Amino acid sequence: MMAKVKVRIPAPLQKITQNKQEVIAEAKNIKELILDLEKQFPGMKDRLLDESGKIRRFINFYVNDEDIRFLKQDETQLVEGSEVSIIPAIAGGLK
Amino acid sequence: MALTNEQIDRYSRQIILPNVGGKGQDKILKSKVLVIGTGGLGAPCSFYLAAAGVGKIGLVDSDKVELNNLQRQIVHTTLDVGIPKVESGKKRLNALNPDTEVVTYNLRLDSGNILDVIKDYDIVVDGSDNFPTRYLVNDACVIAKKPLVHAGIFRYDGQIMTILPGKGPCYRCLFPEPPPAGAVPSCQEGGILGAVAGVLGVLQANEALKFILQSGELLSGRLLIFNASDASFRTVKVPKDKDCPVCSEHPTVTKLIDYQEFCSLKQNKDCSIK
Repeated sequence: MMAKVKVRIPAPLQKITQNKQEVIAEAKNIKELILDLEKQFPGMKDRLLDESGKIRRFINFYVNDEDIRFLKQDETQLVEGSEVSIIPAIAGGLK
Repeated sequence: MALTNEQIDRYSRQIILPNVGGKGQDKILKSKVLVIGTGGLGAPCSFYLAAAGVGKIGLVDSDKVELNNLQRQIVHTTLDVGIPKVESGKKRLNALNPDTEVVTYNLRLDSGNILDVIKDYDIVVDGSDNFPTRYLVNDACVIAKKPLVHAGIFRYDGQIMTILPGKGPCYRCLFPEPPPAGAVPSCQEGGILGAVAGVLGVLQANEALKFILQSGELLSGRLLIFNASDASFRTVKVPKDKDCPVCSEHPTVTKLIDYQEFCSLKQNKDCSIK
């Protein structure tokens, strides 16, 4: 079943979402969520997935506070009200 | 070691805390913390650690103070522009607290020197500004079984996690591999609000002090995420990855790696995640 979920967008990707930190997506799992984000914000998919279609190794997806790598990866189910966070590695002390 | 009257006065506001006391203060005075990077994170972190009376602080940085650092790197002043950051940092920490011995390492960490630098310290704080150093520090701390407080900052966001090798997850359990060259915003491109660096640097000091005092709950197994725009703190779970390249039972990273310095590469004009 499709679920409407809130997605938190990290700073490096906010250029694509017109500076929105939070967007709404409709999907039943993470794989579909990425497709919906791509539809709303073209260019998103390439930032999130590598050439083979896998989520990049320095970007994590969380459903509520759980890392989907330890659930069912991109098959992880979403339900109405789930909160998805996209969290990339950041380096910074910034000299 | 008995505290002097001056020390009792200086540290009185923390000695009266339930989990500190004279014994806790003694632990702090005997503790040794290595702070990697004397920049946005390392400056506020080392400042608070020295103020608290940490016995020995190691400062690692190969850069000199620049005017554009002063917006956030609060151990340096306008008069310090042009001198090595570790010297400027040492001067300021010594002025703040003569109880703290400051050891300077005016060098860039690599696979050849890092184990030697970290070996004399109880805990390591990573405030470096690039992925090669971050992964090197994580791997070295896992190999040497040194506790590590990791933090990263970007624009209005910050992340912090404490790594207890052998007990909890490491940075590679969270992000197994560094991004490829050009895949993340470069050092100059991103921008940072000084106060965000301050929040995360001070949280790192807080973690180091809790570790020294053996009190409270460290950020082990959880990543704390700060967002300055909506003033929110969130935590997400970080499980130990049974396939972790460095801290699992079958590691694929068995020696230290000197990754390429991404920031010096000019191959990519748009440096957002790509």
